[in-house]
Amino acid sequence: MQEQLERERKSLTVVGTLPFPEVPVITGDVEYSNGIITISGRWTFPAQRGTAALLGAAYEVLKNHGGGLLRAVLAGDNGQGYGSRAIYRYLVENPDVIRTNVLVFHYLFPDVDWHGKIIIALEKISPRPILIADAGFMYVAKMSGQASLYDLFTPDVGELAFLADEEAPHPFYTRGFLLHENNRLFDLIERAYSHGNAAKNLLVKAAVDHIVVQGQLVATISEPNVPELEAIGGTGDTLTGIVSALVASRLEITDAMVLAAKTNRMAGSLAKPTVATPITNLIEKIPYALNKVLGGAV
Amino acid sequence: MGILSVFKRKKNLLKPEQSSASEGMLVFENTSEVIKAERVLKDAGYNVRVMGPPPELRTGCDLVVVFPIVIQLQVIRLLKAEGLEPVKTVPVSSPLLSPVSLFHVKEFGDFIMVRAANMKLSFEKGSGLIVNISGGGCPDVPFVAAQMIGKTLWDAPSPREIGYTLCAYALSLALEHGKSLCPRPQA
Repeated sequence: MQEQLERERKSLTVVGTLPFPEVPVITGDVEYSNGIITISGRWTFPAQRGTAALLGAAYEVLKNHGGGLLRAVLAGDNGQGYGSRAIYRYLVENPDVIRTNVLVFHYLFPDVDWHGKIIIALEKISPRPILIADAGFMYVAKMSGQASLYDLFTPDVGELAFLADEEAPHPFYTRGFLLHENNRLFDLIERAYSHGNAAKNLLVKAAVDHIVVQGQLVATISEPNVPELEAIGGTGDTLTGIVSALVASRLEITDAMVLAAKTNRMAGSLAKPTVATPITNLIEKIPYALNKVLGGAV
Repeated sequence: MGILSVFKRKKNLLKPEQSSASEGMLVFENTSEVIKAERVLKDAGYNVRVMGPPPELRTGCDLVVVFPIVIQLQVIRLLKAEGLEPVKTVPVSSPLLSPVSLFHVKEFGDFIMVRAANMKLSFEKGSGLIVNISGGGCPDVPFVAAQMIGKTLWDAPSPREIGYTLCAYALSLALEHGKSLCPRPQA
């Protein structure tokens, strides 16, 4: 009983989509093994890129460090938005699902109206979960002007430029002068905060990861340096999964961001990847990478 | 217990809804096309509306169709099937914004990565084989990536044809730019 309460105290709930449009809204405990995600012991999916990769990484962290509960709310969506809207409706009608220590919103169709309804549902929950957004839900959080309600965003460089562009409704419309490679990342970070388009904390995934707390750069992580990771689909998702699990295990957000950035890089280094390496090769290295980083090897 | 074995296809009951702070405008040659486009999109279940354009877009046709911009690709495809092509598609929030036109190219030994906005496409130099796709945040990205990886730049389906969102649109630009960097091998 005590053990279950402790696991609940460290619970992580991930909300996202799968690339199989026929999947209805499903929710339950998550397990991961050999590249396959299993929900409630019933439904199985390959942990390729996207939310499934995030879940695989989070599972490996919680299993080996922290022991918290990992739950998911998922639906199939091929980009038309049906699955995402079914999830939004489900969450609004079943708010107990989002009673959790850490709540992550991930690959979801950006819909400002539904975003507003989710925020209203969250306002009724006490204590409010720690809110993390990445991918489509980070886009809609920015578009709705409510980015500052979130505790953590995990943008890559292209997404940071979008957050920095107060006029762009989507990264596709980010203005060229903000996308230019000569931009210093911190200039983009400052601009995102100055327009209220950043979360309280930012973990910017880049050649040098930037750790930002309330607009202040507190750390940069550049080692191990594995340039191929940028091209491998899912490396951003695993980073978000690792940091979310570390925050759920009651680590302070700043420490979790630093540890996650080092662990993701170390997992990449241990996998010895090429540009063609699948993300599951990195996920299986996460427990070793975390141990190595915690042992002070980096 | 097989992957997806427990699911059966269900008819989608939800219709796309409006995203008021994230809308785009379709600009046409003439009012007649605006009216036809509105009818086509409304018949397909989209919550669109017709409005007057901002001053910077006034070119003679004083009406535009307003729609949720994230599904730009889906809307354009639907209109094209009906013989309607807008002259311009722009965000309501800032009508002078243009789609991304800046590409970043990185080489990794035998591979090249092309980035367009938030989307990255990587392929083998000689063969043009697509080996990875990363970035993006709309839900069609994992779906589109699964259809493209393992095919060449020329054989892979275009994200414009199989995707629905602006992320897919950005990926299609990366694909086109990749083709321009890699001569097609002779059969």
